[in-house]
Amino acid sequence: MIQFLVHDKKDSVGVAVVDVKAGQELSGRSLDTNENLKAKATQDIPLGHKIALKDLKVGDNVIKYGVEVGRVVAPVKTGEHVHVHNVKTKRWA
Amino acid sequence: MAINRKVMAYRRANGKVGVRNHVIILPVDDISNACVEKVAAMVPGTLPLPHAYGRLQFGEDLDLHFRTMIGTGRNPNVAAVIVIGIEPGWTQKIVDGIKETGKPVQGFAIERRGDLQTACDAARVAQKFLQDASEIQRTQCDFKDLYITVKCGESDTTTGLSSCPTVGNVIDKHCDAGFASFGETSELTGGEHIVKAKAANKEVEAKFTAMFDDYQKLVFDQKAGTDLSESQPTKGNIIGGLTTIEEKALGNIEKLGKRTKFIDALKPAEEPKKGPGLYFMDTSSAAAEAVTLWMASGGVIHLFPTGQGNVIGNPVEPVIKLTGNPITVKTMSEHIDQDVSAILRGEMTIDEAGDQLIEIITRTANGRLTCAEALGHKEYVMTKLYRSA
Repeated sequence: MIQFLVHDKKDSVGVAVVDVKAGQELSGRSLDTNENLKAKATQDIPLGHKIALKDLKVGDNVIKYGVEVGRVVAPVKTGEHVHVHNVKTKRWA
Repeated sequence: MAINRKVMAYRRANGKVGVRNHVIILPVDDISNACVEKVAAMVPGTLPLPHAYGRLQFGEDLDLHFRTMIGTGRNPNVAAVIVIGIEPGWTQKIVDGIKETGKPVQGFAIERRGDLQTACDAARVAQKFLQDASEIQRTQCDFKDLYITVKCGESDTTTGLSSCPTVGNVIDKHCDAGFASFGETSELTGGEHIVKAKAANKEVEAKFTAMFDDYQKLVFDQKAGTDLSESQPTKGNIIGGLTTIEEKALGNIEKLGKRTKFIDALKPAEEPKKGPGLYFMDTSSAAAEAVTLWMASGGVIHLFPTGQGNVIGNPVEPVIKLTGNPITVKTMSEHIDQDVSAILRGEMTIDEAGDQLIEIITRTANGRLTCAEALGHKEYVMTKLYRSA
């Protein structure tokens, strides 16, 4: 069973496809390369929400679908929940 | 590639294929709604389409109003039309636009007669139209002759992973021989470079770019210091895990398929006229407004991926809803025509989901009611560009 999916190999975030608990070891899959992936959640992540696949610092671009989908506004560690509290739009700011 | 299937549908006098056989009672303007409702009450089985506007509009906004009214009557899912307006001038203009299709249409004006006399006169004609329409038989038509429109709503991250690519798969299979249209101009923000690369040629790309830039200007002119967080993405989008308009757009664009190019950029409610293929239409991203525009352009079946569970329907164009979100499947099953949550579990491929959706489209075209139809969703919403004169 998989707990997260990643659209593109360049992505810095994955998507939880089940509700994930802090501390959980996760199995995932890349939709781009079809390879199996591993991650560890350090925070609770609800179904459909994003998990950081790498450390991100303020000002970094968030990459999903292989393209920029926002900018980091608060530091993010690998395994943390990525959402409106640490990422904002670059387009309609 | 084309979808070599047959459907049992209605071939209209102008050759277009419809999947429903409505007799509609269409008000030209807001103040004719009451009279329209009286006709529909006297002749149950007709479909009244009350709406909010139609007085003192001007310029491009008035053009759009007429395009929407006339397009609604011209839609192949409509067998016959009664048009009722406060005065005869604009009423006749709409009648004339619909008459070109060869379907029965008659207009009535309220001034100098009042609601009651107008309703009685219109009801006599509506009764005849309804009885005549009831004799029209479904005939064997080609699937490729179905003009399919696509738009998602209350998206979340599951739409970009499952339901939107499922629709994209159908677009790739349908559009070599069939008609389809996508839009949601503002919800392409962040992925517009991907959409531009899907334009069939430089001319189409330039036409799209002008419409896209114009919508961006509108957003920036009106947003007054906010970043539109909570409006675009919506509160529902955010609960579902979408963080920015860019992320939402990338999921949205999955509906365009992997290889299909779009061959024209249409104004809101404009009929596609360049032959089979995929068309962009300049629309808002609000579900009821946008689907009404596509219906008025002639769309006969709408595919609607949802994440958190948008419940929209349209009175004339059946809306097929699909979701990959297992919570939505469980809590809102009465709204979901196709459950693609198996894609998220890795138990179903996008290609399999696309084939299943083609089967559901076929059954809907043959007459099976969608969830939204069975539940009575009849959202008919005008797009208003600016204040009336």
